[in-house]
Amino acid sequence: MKRTYLGEFEEIVLLTVAVLDGQAYGVVLMHEIIEQTGRSVRLNQVHSALQRLEEKGMVNSEMGEPTNERGGRRKRLFSVTAYGHRTLQEIQEVRVSFWSRLTSPLKLSV
Amino acid sequence: MKPQIEPPRFADRFLEWFCAPHLLENIQGDLHEEFEYQVKRIGEPRAKWFYWWEVLGFIKLRYIKRKPSKYPKTYLYSPIMLRNYFKIAFRNLLKYKGYSFINIFGLATGMAVAMLIGLWIYDELSYNKSFQNYDRIAQIMQHQTFDGEVNTQTANPYLLGDEIRAQYGSDFKHIVMSSWTGEHLLNFEEKKLTKTGNYFEPAITEMLSLKMLKGTRSGLKDMNSVLLSESVAKAYFGEADPLGKIMKVDNKMNVKVTGVYQDLPYNSDFRDLTFILPWELYLSNQPWIKEMTNPWRSNFTQTYAQLANNADIAQVSAKIKNVKFNKIRPEEKAFKPVVFLHPMSKWHLYSEFKNGINTGGRIEFVWLFGIIGAFVLLLACINFMNLSTARSEKRAKEVGIRKAIGSVRGQLINQFFSESLLVVIIAFGLSLLLVQLILPTFNEVADKKMFLLWSNPVFWLLSVGFTLLTGVVAGSYPALYLSSFQPIKVLKGTFRVGRFAAVPRKVLVVVQFTVSVTLIIGTIVVFRQIQHAKSRPIGYSRDGLLTIPINTPDLTGHYDVLRNDLLKTGVVAEMSESSNPVTSIWAINNGYDWRGKAPSIQGNFAAVSVTHDFGKTIGWEFKEGRDFSREFVTDSSAIILNETAVKFMGLKKPLGEIVKINEKPFQVIGVVKDLVMQSPYSPVFRTSFVLDYKDVNVINIKINPTISSREALAKLEVVFKKHNPSAPFEYKFVDDEYAKKFSDEERISKLATFFAMLAIFISCLGLFGLASFVAEQRTKEIGIRKVLGASVANLWGLLSKDFVLLVIISCLISSPIAYYFMNDWVQKYEYHTDISWWVFIASGAGALAITLLTVSFQAIKAALMNPVKSLKTE
Repeated sequence: MKRTYLGEFEEIVLLTVAVLDGQAYGVVLMHEIIEQTGRSVRLNQVHSALQRLEEKGMVNSEMGEPTNERGGRRKRLFSVTAYGHRTLQEIQEVRVSFWSRLTSPLKLSV
Repeated sequence: MKPQIEPPRFADRFLEWFCAPHLLENIQGDLHEEFEYQVKRIGEPRAKWFYWWEVLGFIKLRYIKRKPSKYPKTYLYSPIMLRNYFKIAFRNLLKYKGYSFINIFGLATGMAVAMLIGLWIYDELSYNKSFQNYDRIAQIMQHQTFDGEVNTQTANPYLLGDEIRAQYGSDFKHIVMSSWTGEHLLNFEEKKLTKTGNYFEPAITEMLSLKMLKGTRSGLKDMNSVLLSESVAKAYFGEADPLGKIMKVDNKMNVKVTGVYQDLPYNSDFRDLTFILPWELYLSNQPWIKEMTNPWRSNFTQTYAQLANNADIAQVSAKIKNVKFNKIRPEEKAFKPVVFLHPMSKWHLYSEFKNGINTGGRIEFVWLFGIIGAFVLLLACINFMNLSTARSEKRAKEVGIRKAIGSVRGQLINQFFSESLLVVIIAFGLSLLLVQLILPTFNEVADKKMFLLWSNPVFWLLSVGFTLLTGVVAGSYPALYLSSFQPIKVLKGTFRVGRFAAVPRKVLVVVQFTVSVTLIIGTIVVFRQIQHAKSRPIGYSRDGLLTIPINTPDLTGHYDVLRNDLLKTGVVAEMSESSNPVTSIWAINNGYDWRGKAPSIQGNFAAVSVTHDFGKTIGWEFKEGRDFSREFVTDSSAIILNETAVKFMGLKKPLGEIVKINEKPFQVIGVVKDLVMQSPYSPVFRTSFVLDYKDVNVINIKINPTISSREALAKLEVVFKKHNPSAPFEYKFVDDEYAKKFSDEERISKLATFFAMLAIFISCLGLFGLASFVAEQRTKEIGIRKVLGASVANLWGLLSKDFVLLVIISCLISSPIAYYFMNDWVQKYEYHTDISWWVFIASGAGALAITLLTVSFQAIKAALMNPVKSLKTE
């Protein structure tokens, strides 16, 4: 396949950015991921994933308005690009096609 | 609203320091937001730890790497700009000729001095190194204990070589016995000259790896042979072949030339060895040697050794320790002779022994001059830095304009460095020239044959390295400080140098003058010590006294005839013969005994043999008793002692006492005042004088004081040509010989004076430059003061005060330093001057006077300026 490779964590971050729909920035993303996946995430991991995604062109960012709670510092708000959307969709399609070909549905082994 | 709880400040600072600026706002914002959240969730203390944890997580290259600049970088080393820097530098040098001269000339002088001293040290350190077997050669020496004091000497019994060869032969490659290098008469047909040479065993040629120009190294095998140095061979034979020619030594021995060797290098201990005679010849010519009943007792020869290739010098030295002790008679064992090896590498620089321990020697001068050289160089560098920093403030505007046009800091740094390098390189060239000019004089003063090491890569490496270093150090202040000026401030004129900008400059001036004043004090003390020793009463009269060596058998055995002939000339007031010249002692003997001598002391005395007329010739003074007289036949067993000897023997009434020398009784007939025959710095040694017409080596002649010495010498020559036809007429004036005792100290004094003057000169150059700078800076102030009514004297005081204060501080610092070192130096001499307080006052006053003179020139010039002119500028 020709599309850029996405890491698992990157994929999750990308998905979260898409979910938060324009309101995504570092801390919020971290909290959302911790909440949804239950794994421990450090801020620097989120930042580096975002940087990589931006370099790959799947997200773009702009500086938001300064807010008081951050001592007047601006947030960098992220949104998913069209290319990012397409990539997410492709991943989803690949997975669905594999799931549909599964002859015996997976059982949860306890 | 500000959050009440702040994240840890230090962590924040740390983040701000390492994080790339374009990422910082976002990352720090997120971190703070998270911190606030965590404070609510887990409480402040843990949140703080957690904050640190998160901050540390950002230490990754991705967050540290700075965003590349959008603009292209200025290329710092473009040749066009470099050319421009040099052009501006040249224009600056030419515009301020005075400064440039002081700067360059001062630095060049310092460099030249450093180079000279460097060459001197190089020469000292490479002494003897030209010998191939340098690290294998040693001199065999011995320590002996006399009355509890260990004396170290090079003189050994003549059998020592054979004994060591027999017992420890496997440890040595060669052992070579020798006599002493001294003057000998060398005749070839009608050519009669005195040359210095020595007797050696044949292996010396291999040991010193002589480069044979003619003949072979085995040339000393035959007893009647001689090896000549190239220069001596040339002096006698010119271009003719000297091999096989017969020469006559001391007018008694015929020897055949069997080889010619290349002259030995001047910076070696064998530089005076201009011809070599075989050791066998020496032994056969001195029949008394083989007739000695106790040959192990007399020490009168030297022993050199070359170790075997695998032998360790310290081990061998320990091995041969007792070689003499085992041979001497039981009653002599009290002297405890310890034989040891003194390696060639230590001959020159570590030649002094005190109580059996090697205490150094010339190495002290190497250190001393090394330090002085370093200081003079430091002074020059300080000048250079002071002047360039002082001057650089004038160039602040240039920096402003350059920056406004678009120079980046790197370019300005380059500019100032290239400027100071240019100056240093010019100074270096000039210093090479100076060294070349001074070197002949310096060689003469220092008794060296040095030359610039044009072809030595180390020399160039050091010079170039040093040049670069000076350039960089001196250029660093303007380069790094000036280039940081903000163009707006400088151009607007609001730029002010801080109050403390001049402090480093002042400190440097203090350092300069401390060094200079210390050197002045040192010079004065050395000078005074020499004067002190020179004016010491010596106990005899040197005026018109000369000594003539008895160098051929023709002069011995007819004392009275010679005496009559000499007196008949009318130019000789008195003549006598003695065993040694009055300016030295050649024999120190033991075997003295007297009434009341404690058995514990060995009691060695300087022994001088004289003829009846010795006392009248040298004019010694009697404390009590009388001189030798022909009227008393019993005087053949009479003895005259000096004061020190009497004191040493503890005789209350010395006259009439009997002193036994080797069991032979002598009656004391007189006591003379101490004669300074050895070093004028040491106490006089106990000395005895007895009559002996056979044991004489020199003729002493007192010239009639009414006759000029030239006329007298002409007449003396006639007499000696008659009595000693085979030898050239040779004489030495006693006062010249006595003056030679001061040559070492005078050499130091000359060099120290030279360096002290240079140091002062360089310091004053710097001060002159600084003073003119200050005066220039304060032109307006001076103008206003004058308008308000200040007198020239007021202004002169105003401008000089600062410098005078600095010099006074320097004097205060340097006095104790100088006292400490000079006191140490003076204490080395047993007969020494005291360092009195006026030396310090005088040096301080001198330095102050020179400073005032230097500064006043500028100060008065500035004070005399027309205020209209100085206020009109700008």
